[in-house]
Amino acid sequence: MIDLTAWHALPPYSLDHKAKEAMLTQGLIELTVSHTARCLPYRQMIDALGFNPRAVKTAKDIPFLPVQLFKELDLFSVPQEEIVKTMTSSGTSGQVPSRIYLDRVTSANQIKAMTRIVHAVTGAQRMPMIVVDSPAVIKDRVLFSARGAGILGFSIFARERIFALREDMQLDIEGLSSFIDKHSGSPVLLFGFTFMVWQNLYKEMVSRGVRLNLTNAILIHGGGWKTLVREAVSSRMFRECLRETCGITRIHDYYGMVEQTGSIFIECEKGHLHASIYSDVIVRRPHDFSPADVGEVGLIEVMSVLPGSYPGHALLTEDEGVILGEDDCLCGRLGKYFRVNGRLKDAELRGCSDIYGVAKVLNHPEGLTHGG
Amino acid sequence: MQLMSPSKADLVTIRLTRPLRPFAKEVVAFLGDLSEALVSDYRVRTMPDVYSFGFWCRRAALSAMQRDYCDLDSRLGRGVVFHVAPGNVPVNFAYSLATGLLAGNSNIVRLPSKDFEQVRVITESINAVMSLLVHQGLRDHIRLIRYDRDDHEISSELSAICDVRVIWGGDKTINNIRRHQISSRSFDVTFADRYSACVIDACVYLNAPDRSVIARGFYNDTYLFDQNACTAPHLVMWLGSKEVVDHARDAFWSELHAYTKERYRLEPKSAVDKWANALRYAALHAESQIIKGEDNLISRLLISRLEPGIEDSRGNCGFFFESQIDKLDQLLPIVSRRFQTLSYLGLDKAVLQDLVIKGRALGIDRIVPIGRTLDFSLKWDGYDLINTLSRLLTVA
Repeated sequence: MIDLTAWHALPPYSLDHKAKEAMLTQGLIELTVSHTARCLPYRQMIDALGFNPRAVKTAKDIPFLPVQLFKELDLFSVPQEEIVKTMTSSGTSGQVPSRIYLDRVTSANQIKAMTRIVHAVTGAQRMPMIVVDSPAVIKDRVLFSARGAGILGFSIFARERIFALREDMQLDIEGLSSFIDKHSGSPVLLFGFTFMVWQNLYKEMVSRGVRLNLTNAILIHGGGWKTLVREAVSSRMFRECLRETCGITRIHDYYGMVEQTGSIFIECEKGHLHASIYSDVIVRRPHDFSPADVGEVGLIEVMSVLPGSYPGHALLTEDEGVILGEDDCLCGRLGKYFRVNGRLKDAELRGCSDIYGVAKVLNHPEGLTHGG
Repeated sequence: MQLMSPSKADLVTIRLTRPLRPFAKEVVAFLGDLSEALVSDYRVRTMPDVYSFGFWCRRAALSAMQRDYCDLDSRLGRGVVFHVAPGNVPVNFAYSLATGLLAGNSNIVRLPSKDFEQVRVITESINAVMSLLVHQGLRDHIRLIRYDRDDHEISSELSAICDVRVIWGGDKTINNIRRHQISSRSFDVTFADRYSACVIDACVYLNAPDRSVIARGFYNDTYLFDQNACTAPHLVMWLGSKEVVDHARDAFWSELHAYTKERYRLEPKSAVDKWANALRYAALHAESQIIKGEDNLISRLLISRLEPGIEDSRGNCGFFFESQIDKLDQLLPIVSRRFQTLSYLGLDKAVLQDLVIKGRALGIDRIVPIGRTLDFSLKWDGYDLINTLSRLLTVA
């Protein structure tokens, strides 16, 4: 467990490369050492790698775990009685969910970090909040998922909350209209999963010929573009369509995962995802996991100083992305900014584990001459 | 359902076809002609797997196979064999068909649903050879069909009329097909998911003059099918003292790396999966050692001792467990029913045979030298396929 007071005292995008690298690397080394001492499976991984914390020069040298390990192993570094919350998520239905174990301190740090990161785009006031989802998603324990967790997470920014969709997933136009009227003139937080904002809000408004006035809204959306890419909807098109139909101009995508709740990466006014002081991003080359150059596509590794109760401080995702730059985004934020290209596609393997009879011509030079 | 071969045939007459004797003259002639057609086809030059099949079923090879059997005079095919070929190995269906024919049967073969070029080339050749007058007698011994694997009605119908059902797994396919009843006298021959390992005498390896040939053989055993063939070794056991073994390992893997680098394309997803595999195993087993190579092509995990259940942690696309052993019989306790092929280098095959038979091993059906794991044989997965797919007449 490390003390994050120093982080909480700094504005979330205030460290340049040199300052951040020093602080982050030190924090990640401490976390690695602490988890090694307290989490046996993690220690056995670290031992298997022959890892020596003294040899760490930069954050790139910290061992990174593939996120899928949290689906397969129970990894935590605190006594079980100190676990106050278990977060679960499953990417696709039918998969085993990740299980992330939080103690009081880690949970509090997540909320603190997330508040500061979100406030950097919304301002510090609490706002009326419209959730682009159905209330069923947080009521039903069975359905309770990354979607529900995201909604609850962001609800800390709400003064008053309404769900845009009814239980049957239909757009609740009357409810929305009166909510918007009631709060006209003040900023409203609009939150939802990217594909639902598109599918259940935008497309519904268009097909019903309704135009809600959301000029004052700040839209924060996340969860990925997979569905929209299939429909050939680009980020630009998404923004333009929403601006045209309901006047939203402040739109922020975010990238985050249940394995690193809190230290989310949020999109700036220039359309770039940013790492805050709590986190960082490394893009790695798939063929040897070496760090890629700026502008080079590779696997996204995410790092965070928040995970004190479980060894999730350096994680290799299955997302591809690219670092766009560091400290020089036109929005003025310091730190790395990047783009997520999407999920890795599944390898299409030969063999299928039931095979025989194949290409061993090379073993039969006589066969080759015969055939050639 | 699509009937791919022969043209204008139907499924009804096949049930009425009479069986042949194993290695019947007409079958050997047909396969021999098919072999010639394939190995001389210019398209096959870029298809080593099709070429291998063509080479396997040439006349001389077939008569060599025939010499293994002494009771063929009292054997006949069982009747109709329904073959369910695996979806991801294009040429497998051809071996299965040839085996069914050689045993004297009529054969209904479900082809992979994917339109592999190899399947097309072989099917075309079969049609061409079959159209020759001399092979007309075999016309009703072959039906190559393609249908949606979820079409349970067809699977059910074919299962009902066959005398033997040959199912190439995985386990899931086998269970799927098995939901369909076969008649009470019929039976299944199943090729389920299996596990394979390799044992190398470190000293012999270090003295071998042909290390690059060994690397090539091992590459063919593994990477050629993404280490996803059931014959592909996942565990390499090194016989010898620790010091000699360490030398041999260094030399072996660097030789393999040089060969693999030129040929193998590792998918990013596979690189991540291998990394996860190694860490997962290490997390649960003390004293494992993840060997960091210069890139992700070869992933290795050195384990401190061999433990039963190791087959549950298999990876693919070049993911290897390694272990040093002082004596051969140290490998016996881990050999479960899932073990199929033991490939070897530098060891006496009689010693290995003794190890399995005298050691009363639960598994291991094949012992073959490195580089030969993919060689198809009429004795496969512990079955003698000619004997299994034919019936024996006893006369008192």
